[in-house]
Amino acid sequence: MSVQNLPLGKAINLGLREAMLADPTVVLMGEDIGTLGGVFRVTEGLKTEFGAHRVMDTPLAESGIVGTAIGLAMRGYRPVVEIQFDGFIFPAFDQITTQLAKLTFRHEGALSMPVVIRVPYGGHIGAVEHHQESPEAYFAHTAGLRLVSPSNPHDAYWMIQEAIASKDPVMFFEPKSRYWPKGDVDTSTSGFPLHASRVVREGTDVTIVGHGAMVSMILQAADIAASEGTSVEVIDLRSLSPIDYAPILTSAAKTGRLVVAQEAPGFVSLGSEIAATVHEKSFYLLEAPVLRVSGFDTPFPPAKQEAIYLPDADRILDAVDRAMKY
Amino acid sequence: MVQLLTPEGKFAPSASAEEFLPYFEKLTDADFRKFYTDMVTVRRYDTEATNLQRQGQLALWVPSHGQEGAQVGSAYATKDQDHIFPAYREHAIAHIRGVDLIELIRQFKGITHGGWNPFDPKHKNFHIYTLVIGSHALHSTGYAMGITLDGKTNTGTPDTDEAVIVYFGDGATSQGDVSEAFVFAASYQTPQVFFVQNNHWAISVPVSVQARVPLYLRGTGFGIPGTQIDGNDVFASYAVTAKHLEDARSGKGPSLIEAHTYRIGAHTSSDDPTKYRTDEELQGWIKKDPIARLETYLRESGADEKFFTSVHEQAADFAADIRRRAVELTAPGPESIFRSVYSEPHPVMEEQQAWLAAYDASFEEEA
Repeated sequence: MSVQNLPLGKAINLGLREAMLADPTVVLMGEDIGTLGGVFRVTEGLKTEFGAHRVMDTPLAESGIVGTAIGLAMRGYRPVVEIQFDGFIFPAFDQITTQLAKLTFRHEGALSMPVVIRVPYGGHIGAVEHHQESPEAYFAHTAGLRLVSPSNPHDAYWMIQEAIASKDPVMFFEPKSRYWPKGDVDTSTSGFPLHASRVVREGTDVTIVGHGAMVSMILQAADIAASEGTSVEVIDLRSLSPIDYAPILTSAAKTGRLVVAQEAPGFVSLGSEIAATVHEKSFYLLEAPVLRVSGFDTPFPPAKQEAIYLPDADRILDAVDRAMKY
Repeated sequence: MVQLLTPEGKFAPSASAEEFLPYFEKLTDADFRKFYTDMVTVRRYDTEATNLQRQGQLALWVPSHGQEGAQVGSAYATKDQDHIFPAYREHAIAHIRGVDLIELIRQFKGITHGGWNPFDPKHKNFHIYTLVIGSHALHSTGYAMGITLDGKTNTGTPDTDEAVIVYFGDGATSQGDVSEAFVFAASYQTPQVFFVQNNHWAISVPVSVQARVPLYLRGTGFGIPGTQIDGNDVFASYAVTAKHLEDARSGKGPSLIEAHTYRIGAHTSSDDPTKYRTDEELQGWIKKDPIARLETYLRESGADEKFFTSVHEQAADFAADIRRRAVELTAPGPESIFRSVYSEPHPVMEEQQAWLAAYDASFEEEA
């Protein structure tokens, strides 16, 4: 066992480095990722180590970045694209949904698309418009894509390497508010496959599911709930598409109560999907309806109002209380 | 505008053709006959496919009638190792690169979204069609970036140096992806040729609405030089594309060709060009037909009636064979819709395929 205590951003940096050392076809592309090391410094030092041909400062055009990454993948490369901020992914939406996601199907399986799209996402950083959003549901709706989101440095280190190794396109959602807190990274073993969800805290009364930055918020809420006598089980979704339902259904069967928490708006969201599926599969095992805690169905508000919009531990606890009252 | 063969079939190179003549001069009479044979064959095929659509065999057809000169000349200018990214009307190029044209019929009959594997050597790197206008320009540029990363240009052995050629129409030049492809191509000095078939109409919108400067100048501001050619002159198309591709393979970066041509038929079988084009304009372009002018040239250089009869017989046989096979095509079973969504196993695909099988089986039990 080899453990390092690292921030999540640095863990991704190390994971990228490992992937680049292991496979010379891995190339990084994005705006400001080379000389600057990315606006969040996630790719810092990699251009110096691997050269400008493998860490490309691209022109400022998201569709161009993803579209040329597709061409590089056709040539046999494994491009890892950085989209600078969540809200800037939409110029690339067409290339991602009509091309990247569908090229394997269009080629009747003759072509794989091993492209990773890294997306720093989510709020809590007090930034301007388009810099705090959670757009994952748009992409979860599209067949052909895989979506994952690490919540902690250990998972970030391993999941980025597993995403790069995948033959399918993977959208890698990085919880940017969690870039800086440190956590232990065991660089000797991953422990879980890329698309596994996992129980990160055991409990008996209520299950709460979340992903990315929301996991630490849920864990805070679980601590408070414990002090008030409610035992919360917490599941880190990790994979947003496909969703690994087995641990969720097992836990829901045990506690009989499920809450899904996310920063994204609730309407037609991952939370909605999980709620519907758990109701279908575990209806008679539930003591309460599955409840959703989410951002409001509004645009992400200006920074000084983000605390109003984003679910905090109290909003999660409110849902726990409501679930317990059934 | 570079022209070698006039609409009347006279070999009379324009002044601007001079730098391209050495490429033309490598061609032989046998090459000219090959050009002619392919142009006639694909036009006959195109007519057959149009008929198949009218008879309900195809959901849609995208006619290539009128654009054979631009396509056949440029296709013969490519080398086997080059990669070709078509839009969706490049049937003649598909044919020349070795794609069995029944594969296009499969696509337009509604059996596949693609049809062939471009990476199978027998298809000589002819990529599948892209229906989102201009999207594939970026794929071609990315592919060309990969060629550069692999060090496969300007190696000193021109016979193995690689290049990319991407085809799109005048309408596509308005798409952001095409402009972004120009930006990336210029930034990374990709070994590629952007080949614009300016057929003058993006469905019903004339090129005059989309471009205030000739399209061959569209690349100038991006740092991409362009050449305008008579796209109905198969010789010009061959010679100019050969030079541009040679420049690309030898490390001179991206360039653009604007081929002036005309879509004689409809945009697709769902279109009615009489609503937006004049018959006068159409008749003017029919007089510039790429096949007729080459036929005149060949007759004057000694081809006899037997040659022409034989070409038309071969083309008719080709079309009849396509018709026979087109009618026999059937769609694959339900499992195929789940099979290639992902390259690696995916639980949702497995679950939904199993559900559908069980659902279908439930009817059999009832019966």
